[in-house]
Parts: sequence; structure tokens; C-alpha cells
Amino acid sequence: MEELVNLFHGFAVALQPFNIMVMLLGIVLGVIIGVLPGLGGANGVAILLPLTFSMPPTSAIIMLSCIYWGALFGGAITSILFNIPGEPWSVATTFDGYPMAQQGKAGEALTAAFTSSFVGALFAVVMITLVAPLVASFALQFGPAEKFAVYFLAFCSFVGLSKEPPFKTIAAMMMGFALAAVGLDSITGQLRLTFGFTELLNGFDFLIAVIGLFGIGEILLTMEEGLSFRGGKAKINLRVVLQTWKELPRYWMTSLRSCIIGCWMGITPAGATPASFMSYGIAKRVSKNGKNFGKGEIEGVVAPETAAHAAGTAALLPMLSLGVPGSPTAAVLLGGLLIWGLQPGPMLFVEQKEFVWGLIASMYLGNLFGLIVVLTCVPIFAAILRVPFSIIAPLILVLCAIGAYSVHSSTFDGMLMLVFGVVGYLLKKCNYPLAPLVLAIVLGDKAEEAFRQSLLGSQGSLGIFFSNPLVSTIMVLGLIALFWSAIQEGFTRLRRTRTAAA
Amino acid sequence: MRSSVLRVALATVAAFCTSGIASAAWEPVRPVEFIVPAGTGGGADQMARTIQGIVTKHSLMKQPMVVINKSGGAGGEGFLDVKSSGNNPHKIIITLSNLFTTPLATGIPFSWKDLTPVAMLALDEFVLWVNADKPYKTVKEYVDAVKKAPPGSMKMGGTGSKQEDQIITVAIEKAISTKFTYIPYKGGGEVAVQLVGNHVDSTVNNPIEAVAQWRGGKLRPLCVFDGKQMAYDEPIADGKGWKDIPTCKSQGLDMEYLMLRGIFMAPKVTKDQVEYYIELFKKVRATPEWQDFMKSGAFNTTFLTGADYAKWVEVEEKRHQVLMKEAGFLSAGN
Repeated sequence: MEELVNLFHGFAVALQPFNIMVMLLGIVLGVIIGVLPGLGGANGVAILLPLTFSMPPTSAIIMLSCIYWGALFGGAITSILFNIPGEPWSVATTFDGYPMAQQGKAGEALTAAFTSSFVGALFAVVMITLVAPLVASFALQFGPAEKFAVYFLAFCSFVGLSKEPPFKTIAAMMMGFALAAVGLDSITGQLRLTFGFTELLNGFDFLIAVIGLFGIGEILLTMEEGLSFRGGKAKINLRVVLQTWKELPRYWMTSLRSCIIGCWMGITPAGATPASFMSYGIAKRVSKNGKNFGKGEIEGVVAPETAAHAAGTAALLPMLSLGVPGSPTAAVLLGGLLIWGLQPGPMLFVEQKEFVWGLIASMYLGNLFGLIVVLTCVPIFAAILRVPFSIIAPLILVLCAIGAYSVHSSTFDGMLMLVFGVVGYLLKKCNYPLAPLVLAIVLGDKAEEAFRQSLLGSQGSLGIFFSNPLVSTIMVLGLIALFWSAIQEGFTRLRRTRTAAA
Repeated sequence: MRSSVLRVALATVAAFCTSGIASAAWEPVRPVEFIVPAGTGGGADQMARTIQGIVTKHSLMKQPMVVINKSGGAGGEGFLDVKSSGNNPHKIIITLSNLFTTPLATGIPFSWKDLTPVAMLALDEFVLWVNADKPYKTVKEYVDAVKKAPPGSMKMGGTGSKQEDQIITVAIEKAISTKFTYIPYKGGGEVAVQLVGNHVDSTVNNPIEAVAQWRGGKLRPLCVFDGKQMAYDEPIADGKGWKDIPTCKSQGLDMEYLMLRGIFMAPKVTKDQVEYYIELFKKVRATPEWQDFMKSGAFNTTFLTGADYAKWVEVEEKRHQVLMKEAGFLSAGN
């Protein structure tokens, strides 16, 4: 009960006119940041952090977290319209969002994406409001072995998802692992696979790979197919929003599942990216329309977007209560808190009530405002597809180049992006799936690190992955996901022999 | 038209003359890049962003200051960037111990001698922490427990591999002649939480990384790796403050280690330009925000510039060479 009183007090703080203004400003800036590929929420928040130093801490954190919401919303826009994920967690949104846009259903896809994001975030905020202290102690149980198990589950629920031959999937994934291994090996502190080139110290940044593989690759493909966007006939009025809303409640099961996956991933903290992939993978397995996934199925937009937002929101919880950021953006927010003299940790909820509940109230309001802002803009976004390709393609290229440069402020990354673009084009021509490659680049080094940390702790024994109920359960779930199709086939065969015997 | 151009030119010349007379009047004419050779959210990043905030809030500089993270190759990316910046006075870099450890452990080609030292802003302390649920109240009790356990079964968590946390771990192993299993993590905050969750048995976190967990009653400090006790006596948990933590040396663990938080510039900048930044940081140090920041992280506030600073860095580099050689952390080329 006390929590509710606190929350209403928080609403009073967040609804002050100055804070509402700050909120709207944050959302708009965030959407812009999300749209620019490569700039990313973390960089955006870091750049805008100094703007907030002159504000009271509560207003400042409200503005920064609204930038964060805005970026989460904005990431979906370019993924759906141009197949360029503005943020890592938007990659899975491209799988069905972009085909929908090509079929002239950009408005529907955007509405579905924004609405699902809102639902996911709302679910996570309610969870934060109700069970914050409980959740914090759950997060503490995650050591390296448990983290590896989570990554393992993410990979497993994604393998076998592709329509391509399994060997092509595995080849693409292995290529991703190899790319992820370049750079500093964080366990031994040695450089790997850099061949003496100082440019490779950083390894291959995921964002550069994605901008190249998806964005540049897609432009090359479009050029080959005749210099025009398909999907120019997208409806551009607000009625499309209402029509899509009528359709969405049908997917409540997918939404709920994605919310839970998202919250879990956000807290542990594995982050929004594995959450979106895992949610997409499982939805494809379980859904009746699973076969249509990848061809423009609205459920394939709902699943990853819901999970990504639930995870992005839930990630703020370990940051506040444990001082461990669940995402890079949360890490920058954490830095901001410290600058304002707020010490995140177990005591924050006790000592800084006004701040914490003001922030939580702003999560509710920020998301709601964000949804209204982006939904009213749906027709404008969809109209972009009517601009002739010969005008918009150079613009996209410039945006991609700026994005790639801004990741590490290095021109080498721009070149690398172009190379990835050509690679992406060739892989698509040869029907290699890009998703497993991207998944392996994103999670490969994290999974490796967690695996080796576990083995250091267990002195080399693999038993650590089955040493307690929590880690064993996750590992077993992963194995089931990996062999799901084989298990399914076994069952059908069993049934067939039975009917034959009868 | 022509006369106005002439007038501007004359004014510029005049300005140059007067600035020449008033010594050390160089000022940035472009935005200043503040390089952080580490990731966002870490200790160096927090300090750099605090400085950026103070400079902006108090308008200490006419040009903006922009913080840029270049963390690749254990910070090698950032140091190489400054090393190759020639005489560019609009670029400064904040260092942590990776100024010494990264070239030694990885062979990435740079040393502090490739850069121009500006000022030491502070030194970061290291504290030996254990989980508050464990029975060890003193260093002696903990050391006895480690010695009793089979070698390698006690886990020490730390930030990075072959960097400061692992150097201290090896020194402890030497002092008490047993072995830990060292587990490297990406960031100090994560390490502290792993200790709260009992996934490791002890850590050597910086104060700022673990203070929240200490206040929350989850962690217990055993000793500080400094020659003298810390100066801050405000109580934090159970009526105890940073000042009440004994030095490790007094508890029989003979190891001292402090981490440099200092500023360097490109190799060929002029004396005027270095002077400008020294004055700037003196102003930053005088602000209440900086003093609060020092207190929240229990920093050692030693401030050095010029020859004193260079000398300190030189001694520290030699010490790292010895420590890392003894630990077997040197790369093949070193």
C-alpha cells in the first residue's frame, strides 16, 4: 500500500509543467536519435547528459529516461521502412516489418511496433512498481554460469528457425562467432586476430556490421531490382492506426509471452537484444502462422518489439537497486545519477524516495506521451516511402555513413561498413541467412566470456552448468529448444505408428 | 571592403601582440575532445563526465568540452589516438592504470613518454572486500580461511585481465603464499554485485564501485591498499566510515597500490597550452561539485603538475614493469 501512495506522490512530481515539457523534449530527441542508425541510445544520452546538469536531478533523470524511451520507439522506424535497424534490438523487427512495408503495409507495421513497445514497457513498469525488491534478489542469483545458460537459450531458440538449409545457417553463425572473436580477449587480456592492425583493436562493432549488412546491402539489392521502393502505395491516414488496433488483441498470447521474456532478460541483465531474438524465435515456433514469419506477418513485429521494450524498461531496475546497468544506455544513466550525487544501490529506494518514485511515475507517463507522439507521426513516416528512390537512397547512404562514423568517431569504420554492405549483398544473393550471423556477432563474445568465467570458477568442470536448479532449468530449456523439431518429428512418427498398429 | 579586411587583419595582429605580452594566454579556439580510454559508466568515464559537467555549469571554458570513449584494446585505441595527434592542443586524455598495463600486457605500441603530462587530478584507492554474510571480520581471519582452503578454490573477482585488480591479487598471493582463482569481469560495478551474490569470495573494488553495497549492509571492507588510512570520517555503515578501515600493511598484507587519475595531452603541444589546462583543472578542483565527487569516491586528492607529476609517472611505470614481470603478465615483445 505504501508503494501506491509513493507512486501517486511520484505522479504529482512528474506532472509538474516543467517536467512535462522536459518529458516531451526528451521523447522527440530520443526518436531522432533512434532513427539515426549507429548514434544509438547510449551515445545519444551521453551527448545530451551535459544539457541536464543545470536541472534538478528528478527532472534531469526524467528527461534522460524519456530520451531512452524515444530511442526505443525510434529504432523501429528505419527497420520497418528501410530494413536498417537503428538499434541492435530492432534487428528482429526487420524480419517481418520490412516485408510488410514492401507490401504497402508500412502504416500497419509501424502501428503494431509502437503499440507493442508500449505494452511491453507498461508490463515491465507495473512489475517494477509491484515487485522491485523481490526482483532485485532474483537478479543476484545470476553468476557467470547462469548468464551463459541464458545466452545458450537465446542461441538455441534461434537455431533451426531459418528457412534456409541448416548448413547455411550454421555457416553464417560461425562467421559471426569468428568476427566476434576479433579484438581484446577479456579473459587473458591479449589481442586476438588483429594481425598487428591497430584499427582492429576494437574488434568488429555490431552496429557497423548491421548498418552495412542490412542497410547498404539492401540499397544494393534495390538498385539491382530497378531503383524503386516497393510499398509506395502505403495508406497514409490515421485510420490505419485504428484498424490495426482492432487486429492486435488477437495476439495477446504472443504479447504476454514476449513481456515475460523481456522482463526476465532485462533483469538478469542480458538486455533487450537477446530478448527480441528469443521472443521472435519462440513466437515463430509456437504460432499458428509460424510458416508465414519472415514474409510480412504482423505477429512477427509484435513479438520482438514487445520483448525489446519490456527488457529495456526492466533493465533500469537492476541499475537502480543494484548499481549494475542492464544495457549500455543504462550505464550512461548510471553515470548521470552519480554526477547528481545519487548513489544507486540497495539504499536508493529507502533514502531517495521522491527521486525513485518520480522516475517510476515518469516511466508510465513518458511511455504514454511517447506512444501518442509516434502514433500521430505514423502517416508522415509512411509517406517517406513515396519519395523517389533516387532521392532517398543517397540520403540513407549518408545517414548510414554518419552512423558508422559516430560509433567510435573513426573513418575506418565507414570503410568497414561498405565492406559489410558488399558482403551482405553477396550473402543474400547466395541465400545465406543474415540473422544468425548478426546474433552471433552481438552475443558471441558475451557468451564466450560467461562460459570461460564459469569454467575458471569451476576449475574446468562442465558440471557447473548443471550445479543448481536455476542454471539446470535454463540449460534444459535450451536443449529442448535446440532439438524441438526433432522431438516434434519423433512424436508425429510415434503417433503414426500407433494409428498404423491400431 | 578592402579597408575593413585590413582593419580586421590589424586588429588580429594587435591581439596577437598583446597576448604575446601577457604570458600563457593561449585559449582553445575549437571544441576540446576529452578522450576516455575506457567504456561508458566506468570510473574514468564518470570522472571525465563530472569534469565536463563542472566546466559547463561554471562556464570555465569558452569552447565546449566533448567526452569521447575510445576503449578498444584495453584503452590502447584512445592512447594511440592522442599519440598520433601531433601538436593538436584541443585533445586531452584521462588515464587509469592501463597507461602502464596495456602496453606491457598486449604490446600495443605506446608509453606515457609519447604523451605530454598535464596534471594528476587524484588517486583512486583499492579496498579488500568480502561478503557481509561471511564470518571474516579482519584481514587475519580472512587470510587464515584462504590458507586453510585448497589452493585455487577461493575466487577473487576483478575488473579486466592483467590489469590493476589482478596485479593486486598476485601481490596478495605472494604475501600470504597461496593461490586464488582470479575471475575477470568487464566492469567494477558488476564485480561488486557478483560478490554480493556470492559468486566470488572477495574483490579489490575501488570505494566508489562498492560503497552502495557497503551502505546497504551487503559488503564488508577489510583493509585499504594505501600507506595511510583514508581521510573521510563521515559514517557510512554501522557507524564506520572510510577512515576506520585499517591499512593492509598494518594487517600484515604488505601491499600498496593507488591508481592514477591524471590528464595527458598530445606529444608536441606548447608550454602555454599545458599551462592553460593546469589552470583549468585548478579551477575545477575548487568547485563544491568536485569536492563532493572526491568524497563520494573516497579519493586520495593528491594534485601534481609539471616535473613532479612526470617523476611520479616514471617511478610508477618502473614499478608496474617489475610487478607485471613478477606476475608473468608481460607480452612476448616486452
